[in-house]
Amino acid sequence: MLLEVKDLHVSAGETPILKGVNLEVKAGEVHAIMGPNGSGKSTFAKVLAGHPAYEVTSGTISYDGEDLVELEPDERSREGVFLAFQYPVEIPGVSNSQFMRQAYNERRKAQGKEELDPLQFDDLIREKVKLVDMDPEFLNRSVNVDFSGGEKKRNEILQMAVLEPKLAILDETDSGLDIDALRVVSNGINTLAGDDNAVVMVTHYQRILDYVQPDYVHIMTDGKIVRSGDKQLAIDLEEQGYEKLAAQQGVA
Amino acid sequence: MSSNIENFLDRPYEAGFHSDVEMETFAPGLDEETIRKISAKKNEPDFLLQFRLKAYEHWKTMTEPDWVNAEYEKPNFDEIIYYSEPKKKPKKDSLDEVDPAILEVYEKLGIPLHEQKMLQNVAVDAVFDSVSVATTFKKKLKEAGVIFCSVNEAVEEYPELVERYLGSVVPYTDNFYAALNSAVFSDGSFVYVPKGVTCPMELSTYFRINTQDTGQFERTLIICEDDAYVSYLEGCTAPQFDTNQLHAAVVELVALENAEIKYSTVQNWYAGDEEGKGGIYNFVTKRGVCEGDNSKISWSQVETGSAVTWKYPSCILKGDNSVGEFYSVALTNHHQQADTGTKMVHIGKNTKSTIISKGISAGVSQNSYRGLVKMTPSAEGARNYSECDSMLIGDRCGAHTFPYIDVRNPTAQVEHEASTSRIGEEQLFYFLQRGIDEEDAISMIISGFCKDVFHELPMEFAVEAQALLGIKLEGSVG
Repeated sequence: MLLEVKDLHVSAGETPILKGVNLEVKAGEVHAIMGPNGSGKSTFAKVLAGHPAYEVTSGTISYDGEDLVELEPDERSREGVFLAFQYPVEIPGVSNSQFMRQAYNERRKAQGKEELDPLQFDDLIREKVKLVDMDPEFLNRSVNVDFSGGEKKRNEILQMAVLEPKLAILDETDSGLDIDALRVVSNGINTLAGDDNAVVMVTHYQRILDYVQPDYVHIMTDGKIVRSGDKQLAIDLEEQGYEKLAAQQGVA
Repeated sequence: MSSNIENFLDRPYEAGFHSDVEMETFAPGLDEETIRKISAKKNEPDFLLQFRLKAYEHWKTMTEPDWVNAEYEKPNFDEIIYYSEPKKKPKKDSLDEVDPAILEVYEKLGIPLHEQKMLQNVAVDAVFDSVSVATTFKKKLKEAGVIFCSVNEAVEEYPELVERYLGSVVPYTDNFYAALNSAVFSDGSFVYVPKGVTCPMELSTYFRINTQDTGQFERTLIICEDDAYVSYLEGCTAPQFDTNQLHAAVVELVALENAEIKYSTVQNWYAGDEEGKGGIYNFVTKRGVCEGDNSKISWSQVETGSAVTWKYPSCILKGDNSVGEFYSVALTNHHQQADTGTKMVHIGKNTKSTIISKGISAGVSQNSYRGLVKMTPSAEGARNYSECDSMLIGDRCGAHTFPYIDVRNPTAQVEHEASTSRIGEEQLFYFLQRGIDEEDAISMIISGFCKDVFHELPMEFAVEAQALLGIKLEGSVG
């Protein structure tokens, strides 16, 4: 089991947000977590990455046999956990390639491998850029500064492709994308998804599931996963809406 | 998380040691007698003594300014030592004659005056308390026709140049501290680059205040004749004392036709302790005049030290098409206060100026940018671009911007941009999520923020500046 979440309770300050989440993800699987606004699905994504605004009050998260909660956010990253941000952060004056090289080399260091110098890394990243159909010019620009919404999302996928995570968590990476960008982003996800790693997609819409085939679909409402199923569940959801499906809780 | 950022910024002041070098020191306090003594000590020609005395008379009529955006205890001018020099000081032709204890001080500061600098092709002048102790590389420079020596030496050997230019950019009537400096200045650096000569190496001065209660009043004078070029670097440190020390320097630059002067400063005077006790008052007047057509003066500064910094390196753009530049990074932490910026005075036609100012405030410090852009009626077609960015670390510090814009020519263009940002939790989390630890993250954020300024520094200084801000260069070359 790559990821095993048991009865996870999480609060932001005094407010409980996750109220007993259970989830099992094996290597080679693609999971989609869907749910209405405020259901806690984005919080869940950030908690897996160790966002400091949230506190795990009870329950466990085991990742590759390790207690994930005990690891610092940067350690989680170096262990192969990747979060594609819903709102990627701007970093003025730090070039995209410099940022990615630093991230890449931190991982190499943690694995006891040799770091890449700027020239070696440039070769590597120019290959990756093709995957997300990005102008290489973006590599010299400051991270996310003056990027459009779609460019920021592509940039997240590019980083994912560079870091080759074991567990990729995508927080509404599909929202706000036009159909071309959606196709590019999906292509990036499909290229990464292999037998050795897993993808957890948090999404609001069924739309991306036309491009990325999930093995499992989960519906989250009010801080819990209330239904799990295969792709059909997403299609039902599209037709019937969250309220109706959530009301049938436990049936499937 | 912000307390971690503060810890990171909290590294001890490494230049804070005090060395026992035997000094000859005047009694504290200032009167005409002290000035005559300073002048006599240096065998100065009469014009210089008269310059000092006039400045002193004028200073007495002035009142100390108090418009700075900082609060501090005013210096007591009767308690300051106005002259202090290392003992046993016959003139030094070579480093071998310099007191080894002083050389050791500079070595500790990472400023080897010996072989290393030779390899690096940087000529160094070192000013210890008030007196210049060593100028390396004099011969090689002389062959190129460049004069680089202490002001005292220049007074002796090139009195006509000193008489002609001293006070020509910053007259003793300019301001309170410039008047005081003119009366009591003890030494400093002098650079003269003759017509058509590109100075073959970077020139560099390190200033060190060593004696407690000493004021440091040095004077720097740089003259670049037609078609000449020089790049000059200045570094400053001081030991840790719990009393405040005054540093009131005057720097004058003169660029003639097609000449270019690049002046870079890394200022790391002692900033006081975490409670704000002690530290240097850095009240300095720096000004350059682009006298000739197509001339250029560029100031870059990295200000990380001093309890109070109060200075505005400025350009008077007289020659047509002349260019003025100001690139500044000012970092304040704990109780430090900085009120710094520039003045760009456009007089000639099609003159251009650029101002890039980056202020970083942490702790309970206050960081102000204050700048004047003045387009006089004759400044046909003149242009200015200003960008003032502030970064806040934590929520107890302050950033302030005071831009003054005065345009008297309708064809002149002035642009001003300003921004304020904060190193936030979300930004740090983004780095962490990519596997970059917090220390490296802060380094990268700050270095990215200052990038436009670091670009302007000579390579050697850029490295030092980044190190000073706790920044590893690693990873930024990509």
